[in-house]
Amino acid sequence: MAYLDHAASTPMLPEAIAAVADAMARAGNASSLHAAGRRARRTVEESREAVAAALGARPSEVLFTGGGTESDNLAVKGLYWARRSPSRTRVLASAVEHHAVLDAVEWLVAHEGATVTWLEVDRLGRVHPEVLEAAMGPDVALVTVMWANNEVGTVQPVVALAEVAHRHGVPFHTDAVQAVGQLPVDFAASGVDAMTITGHKFGGPLGVGALLLGREVAVTPLLHGGGQERDVRSGTFDTPALAGLAAAATLATQRQPIVATNLAALRDDLVRRVLAAVPSAVYNGDPVHRLPGNAHFSFPGCEGDSLLLLLDARGVEVSTGSACSSGVARPSHVLVAMGQDEETARSSLRFSLGHSSTPADVDALLEVLPGAVERARRVPVR
Amino acid sequence: MKLLAALSGGVDSAVAAALAVEAGHEVTAVHLALSEAPEALRSGSRGCCSREDARDAARVADVLGIPFYVWDLAAQFREDVIDDFVAEYAAGRTPNPCLRCNEKVKFAAVLDRALALGFDAVVTGHHARLDNGVLSRSVDLQKDQSYVLAVLSPSQLAATVLPLGGITKDEVRRLARERGLGVADKADSHDICFIADGDTAGFLRTALGEQPGPVVDALSGAVVGHHDGAYGFTVGQRRGLKIDKQDGVPRYVLSIEPVSRTVTVGTQEALDVDTVRTGAPVWSSPRALPLACTVQLRAHGMVHDCTVTAMVTAGATAGATASGDGWELRLTDPARGVAPGQAAVLYDGDEVLGSATIREALLIG
Repeated sequence: MAYLDHAASTPMLPEAIAAVADAMARAGNASSLHAAGRRARRTVEESREAVAAALGARPSEVLFTGGGTESDNLAVKGLYWARRSPSRTRVLASAVEHHAVLDAVEWLVAHEGATVTWLEVDRLGRVHPEVLEAAMGPDVALVTVMWANNEVGTVQPVVALAEVAHRHGVPFHTDAVQAVGQLPVDFAASGVDAMTITGHKFGGPLGVGALLLGREVAVTPLLHGGGQERDVRSGTFDTPALAGLAAAATLATQRQPIVATNLAALRDDLVRRVLAAVPSAVYNGDPVHRLPGNAHFSFPGCEGDSLLLLLDARGVEVSTGSACSSGVARPSHVLVAMGQDEETARSSLRFSLGHSSTPADVDALLEVLPGAVERARRVPVR
Repeated sequence: MKLLAALSGGVDSAVAAALAVEAGHEVTAVHLALSEAPEALRSGSRGCCSREDARDAARVADVLGIPFYVWDLAAQFREDVIDDFVAEYAAGRTPNPCLRCNEKVKFAAVLDRALALGFDAVVTGHHARLDNGVLSRSVDLQKDQSYVLAVLSPSQLAATVLPLGGITKDEVRRLARERGLGVADKADSHDICFIADGDTAGFLRTALGEQPGPVVDALSGAVVGHHDGAYGFTVGQRRGLKIDKQDGVPRYVLSIEPVSRTVTVGTQEALDVDTVRTGAPVWSSPRALPLACTVQLRAHGMVHDCTVTAMVTAGATAGATASGDGWELRLTDPARGVAPGQAAVLYDGDEVLGSATIREALLIG
């Protein structure tokens, strides 16, 4: 078996599993005042401090959430609601955002009187600061551009983009879900106002994440209740999950430089060998500003769905990019935004490497890929 | 064999896949997404392509431990089944969409794709027997689906596995329960999967708009009523005719003329036909003509003794009996309510011989 889908979810680090199990063995609600509650609260707050330290934030800037989707929704809707006025209803978002941002923005347009300007990307998937500058105006409520793209791996010039937004006095959110553990991520140094992270992309548990939110940034809550997180997010603290998130964040950011070097070497080998084995393959995305674990190709004449099925049957696990809940593949909005036609967009596969990837995974892929491509070319295109 | 199992989310296809796995085949499952707006389709018992059905199908695959994928064939289904369904009604005929789906989607688009991907055959939960390429009725005559499979060619049948033909529906449910499949007691699907509320007339009205026209009595030639759309009627239909009956004798739809939108009605006896002419046939088990056999003229209909001869299409060159020609069926005893658009399926006992679309039905005497 070769797992080449770390961008979907990467295996938990043993230290994170131990931290979760440890905390699970202890009872207690971190909001309770007795000894058990205080013990839980200590775990929660130490986790907060660890996440903050790992990502260059202050502890008070770490709001724990139920994962990337919740953090993105809280940032996009919360910033919009907090800043909306009759003359300020426009949202600026890149055209290549994850659906957690994309659909939240579209919901604001459909139900909350928002308008949207989709920031176009170049052929490599990059948003240029001049494009953002040209779209700015006094009516902009927020700007959201992801740190790194989940499909093609393109890394955005987030620092420069945040500067543009700030020159106009507009808060800037970034979805950094794919970046943590693969790229150096420093909340304070980046200058962004809000940043989404999620545990299971860097060796932590599923279902837990955080929104890093500057202390002065106003956000209207999505979830009302006990007000556990700065009154912006409510819900009983998930102490074990937070302990696991903290352990993973600490280790993943410590190891990031060496992991990134190793992944980039392995990925470059994969790319070279895929292009040699399938000369017609097209390597998508930015060759330089890119997640070290990401390799994304179009295979003209094939459907990504067919390739996935054929590779899966041979024990090689990959992704066509983004699946929707019903499992029905749609042409990727990311590739379409980068100027690909629908047919090419449907011919794509993403190979993503992570902390547990080995050269044997790449060998396994190359062993079966040429045969799969040859067979997939015979499948009638729908 | 490497088999591709089409899982609808119902109990039949689940058990068919389970039996294929137990027979030692290497089975991969697909669920066909046939609706362009899945949430708009009915869920549960009546549908075949709701989100709930997709989940049920995935659950079955996971319990069986086989790969599972969703194939989006919604555009193909719309074009080949739904649009065809509407066009056929608009032309005054009565289509069978399940038959069309088997012919164009399940055993064409899906099968072609499966073979191209390296599978040897597709396995489905249809109730019909298929042994060594010979298609015949299910042992469960109540559930028999050979009529809607008769449109398959020998090459399609050669790449098809039907594990359920030798067992009854009750046994299928028992086998599902024994295997812990959650769909064991799921209600049967029926009616037309893409018509959410079962209101075919309403669906056609939305698709075609109101097309009012006269209802004419065959005996008197008099206009006895009006209708909002001839597509709302099927030959043999009695209900829904808002007409004057001076003589108190029930009237039935005899024919539908789409251009003038005329629906002709008459008494029950006037529905009798003894001659049926068809379009080009598909032979699942080719036979020489003329041929004495039985024919079924609608889904779940009775069978009639008949003699089949080749019918040379008007305008065809002399002496040509090309495959494009249809059949002329002479029925030993008259049949009632034969609707153009339905299939005439020939049987020899339980064995399916072939299928062709009914073009006209008449009483020659």
